[in-house]
Amino acid sequence: MTVLEVNNIETYYGAIQALKGVSFQVERGEIVTLIGSNGAGKSTTLKSISGLAKVKKGAILYNGQDITNKQAHETTLMGISHVPEGRRIFANLTVKENLLMGAFSVKGKAVIEERMENVFTYFPRLKERMNQKGGTMSGGEQQMLAIGRALMMQPNLLMLDEPSMGLAPIVVEQIFEIILQLNEMGITILLVEQNAYQALSIAHRGYVIQNGEIVLTGTGKELAENEEVKEAYLA
Amino acid sequence: MFQEMLQTLPQVIIDGLTLGSVYAVVALGYTMVYGILQLINFAHGEIFMTGAYIGTAVLLIILGMGFGSSIPSLLLLIIALVITALCTGLLGMGIERVAYRPVRRAPRLVALITAVGVSFILQDVVRIVAEILTGNYIVTGPSLFSKQITIPVSSFLSVFNDASLKVSFFIVLICAIGMMISLDFFVNKTKWGTAIRAVSMDRETAALMSINVNKVIAITFFIGSSLGGATGVLFAIQYGTIDPYIGFILGIKAFIAAVMGGIGNIRGAMFGGFLLGLIEMFASANLSLLTGGIFGAEYKDVFAFAILILVLLFKPEGLLGKAATEKV
Repeated sequence: MTVLEVNNIETYYGAIQALKGVSFQVERGEIVTLIGSNGAGKSTTLKSISGLAKVKKGAILYNGQDITNKQAHETTLMGISHVPEGRRIFANLTVKENLLMGAFSVKGKAVIEERMENVFTYFPRLKERMNQKGGTMSGGEQQMLAIGRALMMQPNLLMLDEPSMGLAPIVVEQIFEIILQLNEMGITILLVEQNAYQALSIAHRGYVIQNGEIVLTGTGKELAENEEVKEAYLA
Repeated sequence: MFQEMLQTLPQVIIDGLTLGSVYAVVALGYTMVYGILQLINFAHGEIFMTGAYIGTAVLLIILGMGFGSSIPSLLLLIIALVITALCTGLLGMGIERVAYRPVRRAPRLVALITAVGVSFILQDVVRIVAEILTGNYIVTGPSLFSKQITIPVSSFLSVFNDASLKVSFFIVLICAIGMMISLDFFVNKTKWGTAIRAVSMDRETAALMSINVNKVIAITFFIGSSLGGATGVLFAIQYGTIDPYIGFILGIKAFIAAVMGGIGNIRGAMFGGFLLGLIEMFASANLSLLTGGIFGAEYKDVFAFAILILVLLFKPEGLLGKAATEKV
């Protein structure tokens, strides 16, 4: 069953066209990765889906429903959580407050507590740092918080924008390990990465995006072995 | 000279606290809106002024009714404060919706000029309405809590002179402090208050948390404007006569207080407000003494602005502000 269907979308920043007709699908239970170089349109694609960027042409379907240009808080309520590039945690809020903001629309104290405990099973470090300001933590911890915060909505589709950015290799391993665990728990994942090697190693399928267009697609393994991909992104 | 300054100190402190509490609450409105939109809402001073008029109108209407004078003053005050806070809160929300939201994505200067425009509109609308209703745009409200009290400070500490004050001093101070404490609690301890802080820090990410950003901004305007309007009522009660232009200079002073405390910082705005009020009253009592009669009390504003310049020179982020650090 198709969770996400992106049909030929075009997105502009002012006069600059960032996406020139991007199409792809994500099936339930998959990890799909979108790889490409800086400025290729990876982040813009995620922003178009979550509603942070305005789509000019084309359509986005989520579980068969048209969500093109819905506002960001609405797509989040529908079960799409977007972990933005650069983590973007609320630096002056404590870890706990960050998580509570993640559950902003969730009703019931007990439910929120339960979800927070669930987040702590993946990221025990966050529990230790509960009352610390988000901005005082290390990059890896901030990434954990950003993912944990997104999990508070119990998403169906988790979109991760460069979770490995600026992190030490060992931390990247940990984060990817957790992405795999989350996927096993039934969360469909759309992963955007510059770190193509890591991304392809855990993805079921992948798309290569270049200058705002999808230029190549295949299973994670196929892409990892593709000569062009090797040359451009895995060198 | 020092002795003379000391003598007037009790009176300076009382007058400074009264004025300072007014500045402090109005400054909150500037700082909250700046925090969330990086907009200097110049119309906020006019919201304060509109609040003074609405409150005075409410008091005059109730007292004009036959049974009005039998209502206790305190109850009258509460009624006037609540009605005014509701009206100015909605007014602030309306202004945001009509004037600021359409230009939110435009360069910041556009919103700033819009704010100045809104400010003129409010001044003139209030002036016209007041003139039609009362025949004069300068309005004197009913005197409530106007009993004079003298605190005999000199009888137990002879270096001081006696201080005199109106009962309304306590009303202004208690109401203002009450408003500030509630706001501080709301912003720091409640879910919607945390959402206001989250939107201030990062609007896009807040939206990804399923926070309706427009709603949070509207709430911020409602709260800031209702506090500002209620302070207008307190001002009218304390100082008696109001005109449509009181919001201009007071607004600028409150804005200075917000900048001095560190704009965007709520506790900073409160601190800056009290500090500015005290400095101003100190200057008005002592300037001619300090300068050997060259500058009189009328230069108190210059003194206040000079202090602002000093603060900005040595601590540009404000006294309680944190220097902005760009983290990559």
